[in-house]
Amino acid sequence: MSSDGRVIPVPTPETQHYWDGAKAGELRLQRCTDCGHIYFPPRPFCPTCGSRAVEVFTASGRGRLFSYVINHLPSPGFTPPFAIAVVELEEGPRLMSNIVGCPQTPEALQIDMPLEVTFERLTDEITLPQFKPAT
Amino acid sequence: MQRNSVAIVGAAESTHMGKLPEMAQIQIHADSALNALADCGLTIKDIDGVATAGHNAVELAHYMGITPTWVDGTSVGGCSFMLHVRHAAAAIEAGLCTTALIPHGESGRHWIGRHGPSIFPSLFQMQFEQPYGVTRPPTMFTIPVMRYMTDYGLTEEQLAMVAVTQREWAGFHPRASFRDPITVDDVLDSKMICYPFRLLMCCLVTDGGGALILTSADRAKDFPTKPVYIRGTGESAETPLISQMSDFTSSRAFRVAGSTAFEAAGISHGDVDHLMIYDAFAHLPIYGLEDLGFVGRGEAGAFIAEGNTRLGGQLPMNTNGGGLSYMHSGMYGMYALQEGVRQMRGTSPAQVEGAEISVVHGVGGMFAASGTIVMTNVA
Ligand SMILES: [Zn+2]
Repeated sequence: MSSDGRVIPVPTPETQHYWDGAKAGELRLQRCTDCGHIYFPPRPFCPTCGSRAVEVFTASGRGRLFSYVINHLPSPGFTPPFAIAVVELEEGPRLMSNIVGCPQTPEALQIDMPLEVTFERLTDEITLPQFKPAT
Repeated sequence: MQRNSVAIVGAAESTHMGKLPEMAQIQIHADSALNALADCGLTIKDIDGVATAGHNAVELAHYMGITPTWVDGTSVGGCSFMLHVRHAAAAIEAGLCTTALIPHGESGRHWIGRHGPSIFPSLFQMQFEQPYGVTRPPTMFTIPVMRYMTDYGLTEEQLAMVAVTQREWAGFHPRASFRDPITVDDVLDSKMICYPFRLLMCCLVTDGGGALILTSADRAKDFPTKPVYIRGTGESAETPLISQMSDFTSSRAFRVAGSTAFEAAGISHGDVDHLMIYDAFAHLPIYGLEDLGFVGRGEAGAFIAEGNTRLGGQLPMNTNGGGLSYMHSGMYGMYALQEGVRQMRGTSPAQVEGAEISVVHGVGGMFAASGTIVMTNVA
């Protein structure tokens, strides 16, 4: 946790590549080299076929706003109201994000709007992938 | 499992519900359990099986003075009690115990004598969801709904009608937390919690409990209570991460648990007289009606708004007022089961006349797990 109470991710050996990627400004996913499935969250085997033959690659960082809420409840480290969203990546997987760089209103946040990844530095160790309206 | 081989013979809620600042969580369990024992004329020495969630089953057994030959601590959130009923029925049929007690007690509002959250925190949730500001259930459970609204045209007014309809049912129940009628405008004018969800679309936060006692159908005939037979059951799990639900407009866990229970019970939807769908938030009965197959995809919002689930409708649903109006200690599944039992005994303050089959469907976590119980009063 940070000093303002915000939850800071704690990587495990199996997820370290994802956080290393974010720190380097890359959104990294994993792909099964046996069945081709691309998946998230990270794990060293394919959740579709069970193969351990998986590789890490850098995703395009492009996606669309799949669903969201605008949270009005207090949340440590955040100033309500703010959007909590799920982004569907071009490559298929979905992940949670905030939507930065735009008003936190239903008018500005349109379902299916194109988004692109950006990175928010939280600590020396942890940088968080975030999404903003695509330019 | 054989149909109707096991019955619920004892059922009761805690003596008081709502605000219980004078009771630790384990005492709410015990109070509920003692009420259920009194309900069916048993003593604690008759109990040889115990299952609970959100609290250590061993501590509970010791506190109650139970020497179990069967213990189940399955804890998958608010539908854990549906899973316990399923597991207890299997255990009784297999001879692992003869008389199972399933108590629930939760100091959900006051957090007295409570160790922590009722389900284990997810490692992945802490790593990949909480850093984005999700906190309590209203900030997570609601996330898929905008996708549903976009894909199927569900309106905020239809969501509000879920709360309005259930408040009508709560009006019949002297023990319900909120009984005064509300309108769609009341719901849409209530405080914004997490857009598009307003306060009256979200469940209560209360203290309370309930307990069930199950035994074999053969023994059930000798009890003073009307046996409520377990006709079919189902359970499943999907993901602790709301962001990783495979379909944001439908719960895989609901579909699997529901279809498993219907198949086991050998019933079709037209056979169901009474339905309980765990409603932590207003969208859950909508997902539930569709995922259990009562209506087609995208149809449940209109189905509820048109009055089909209210008094006199073709499918009376959440007849205690649900988690939105009756009570919600955090793990609401027990209260849905209690109302199912009351309906099958013919003792609900909102009794559905002549009801013979009740389906009680629960959710655990945020669409993380599910359990479905088909009950009947016909042996
Ligand atoms: Zn694979």
